[in-house]
Amino acid sequence: MAPRTLFEKIWDSHVVREASGEPTLLYIDLHLVHEVTSPQAFEGLRLSGRQVRRPELTIATMDHNTPTWPLDQPVTDVIAKEQLDALERNCRDFGIRLEDRFSQLQGIVHVIGPELGLSQPGMTIVCGDSHTSTHGAMGALAFGIGTSEVEHVLATQTLPQKKPKPMEARVDGHLPLGVTAKDIILGIIGQIGIGGGVGCVIEYTGSAITGLSMEGRMTVCNMSIEGGARAGMIAPDDTTFAYLEGRSHAPKGADWERALDEWRTLHTDAGATYERTVHLDASKLVPHVTWGTNPGMVVPVTGRVPDPANARSEDDRRSVEHALRYMDLQPLTAIQDIHLDRVFIGSCTNARIEDLRAAAGVVRGKHVHPSVRAMVVPGSHQVKVESEREGLDRVFTDAGFEWREAGCSMCLGMNPDILQPGERCASTSNRNFEGRQGKGGRTHLVSPPMAAAAAIAGHFVDIRDWNA
Amino acid sequence: MEPFTQHNGLVAPLDRVDVDTDQIIPKQFLKSIARTGFDKGLFYDWRFQPDGTPNPDFVLNKPHYADASILVSGRNFGSGSSREHAPWALQQYGFRAVIAPSFADIFRTNCYQNGFLPVALPEKTVRQIIDRATNEPGYRLTIDLEQQTVSDERDTLAAFDVDPAVKHRLLHGLDDIGLTLQHGPEIAAFEERRPAHRPRTLATADR
Repeated sequence: MAPRTLFEKIWDSHVVREASGEPTLLYIDLHLVHEVTSPQAFEGLRLSGRQVRRPELTIATMDHNTPTWPLDQPVTDVIAKEQLDALERNCRDFGIRLEDRFSQLQGIVHVIGPELGLSQPGMTIVCGDSHTSTHGAMGALAFGIGTSEVEHVLATQTLPQKKPKPMEARVDGHLPLGVTAKDIILGIIGQIGIGGGVGCVIEYTGSAITGLSMEGRMTVCNMSIEGGARAGMIAPDDTTFAYLEGRSHAPKGADWERALDEWRTLHTDAGATYERTVHLDASKLVPHVTWGTNPGMVVPVTGRVPDPANARSEDDRRSVEHALRYMDLQPLTAIQDIHLDRVFIGSCTNARIEDLRAAAGVVRGKHVHPSVRAMVVPGSHQVKVESEREGLDRVFTDAGFEWREAGCSMCLGMNPDILQPGERCASTSNRNFEGRQGKGGRTHLVSPPMAAAAAIAGHFVDIRDWNA
Repeated sequence: MEPFTQHNGLVAPLDRVDVDTDQIIPKQFLKSIARTGFDKGLFYDWRFQPDGTPNPDFVLNKPHYADASILVSGRNFGSGSSREHAPWALQQYGFRAVIAPSFADIFRTNCYQNGFLPVALPEKTVRQIIDRATNEPGYRLTIDLEQQTVSDERDTLAAFDVDPAVKHRLLHGLDDIGLTLQHGPEIAAFEERRPAHRPRTLATADR
């Protein structure tokens, strides 16, 4: 057989049907469901009298709309409540497992999949959410879909797909202290642009990637969509297997051995070709901060906001001007002179235990700047429990951070956690679009240690100096 | 799904690049469990001022674009969130198609699912259409899916690519799920040969 990429191996092993003039019919191993993009899909099933083909390959959770205030306080937003109730009803009617707001296993859908050991190498995983690319860190092919496709997967456990192209992002070298997985992916997006990966599945390779923990790999794969890619993935290795072993849905006994035999074949063969390769030298990476209104508008923390006069095209010039106006920034402002009102540590990008440990390490014994309101929202209930076991909650609350219940929260502001118009926020999330965290809010994307340090200082600081 | 064959309509220019789905329909409109009513959220933060009154500077609020049914915009249209509410909002507002130099993958797929046509044309042609729609009152285009062409009353401006399978579905308004269900035996055969170690989501005590 001709040499194949990791992506091609997983694709090939999930082809149900291929015929000329038709899209490939791909089998889906795991379907993750949440309250926002599923109600119309379930309604579609009801209208056409269809069932869920494989409820045992489907799991639902509540994450986008859920308030992060204490669990004994009710959901007060009646429309959000209606959507949460609809999910409960749909899961009951169609026999789907639901981790609701009160479950010990509840959390952001992209945090709980790997946490439960449901996301495994070699699988195809979909969810009505663009950040499904996160699960590619396990060595899976995982991508976001729309609500019509959610209905399609519910009804058939398959998806007709046009084959994307494999692309490689190679990151070699040793990451300097204070530089994180978030900076790797922001660096890559800064290089390829937010449309640079359209039509592609990005495989992240190189020593800086294999050196990352599973949490770091999830951060990198999570933001593949911010580079426009269909999915991101990383070949599974001993780090992956060690993370999975013993998790509640990981294979056990003889199944574990059989699974390992399969998983060890999941790497790109020597001689396989990618459509395109981009390179990044990790040893030269610095902490990154976004200045504008999409994740490609990013510069090193040592840098300055751009001057539209230097834009490469008329479209770009107008785009930069528009972003600067929205962000209320002057051209050439030094990043470290940007002052903040809010800090958000959370989201499917950066709210896993390692992220919270890193942020806690920065704030221990210090206090949030008086002009800043800062909050930490764990990615899942299990992350919250583990953080509390390690005493991280006390580190944060002693420093003046709010410590909340798990959910998507202020990453997209569908729940009550939102920015007020004009507020400026350092956020560990994935999107700095206009109004993303609240109408008129201004978002700067950074890593957890960078967000933590900014909360203390009241403005962006170079975390590498902080460590010194 | 309503078939898409040929459409002639008034063109509204949204002269921006990287219009993301958070702009097309902001999050507060995603809490609905209905499939209709999303038109009121279309471009909400651009269409309306903070006090809720229409922003007179926004293109869709200009009276001469009130009946527009073709939107033309810059590269990478529909990036970001996978929300299908974005094409729903555009469609329910009255648009039948959007023209841009390029589209985000999930957005494009979501459009196809609803008989709403994303048409990718060369950057130069898109610029020409934006300029004409901006400067010539009542500027209209005809999008012909069968012929895969975009033309105005003067001439054919460009041909566009569309996947043959997608084209067939759109022309006939076919339901994807219905097509896939015809392959039930092949799906069942695949399930027979799936590795036994793949996880199931049932509560672990039940396994």
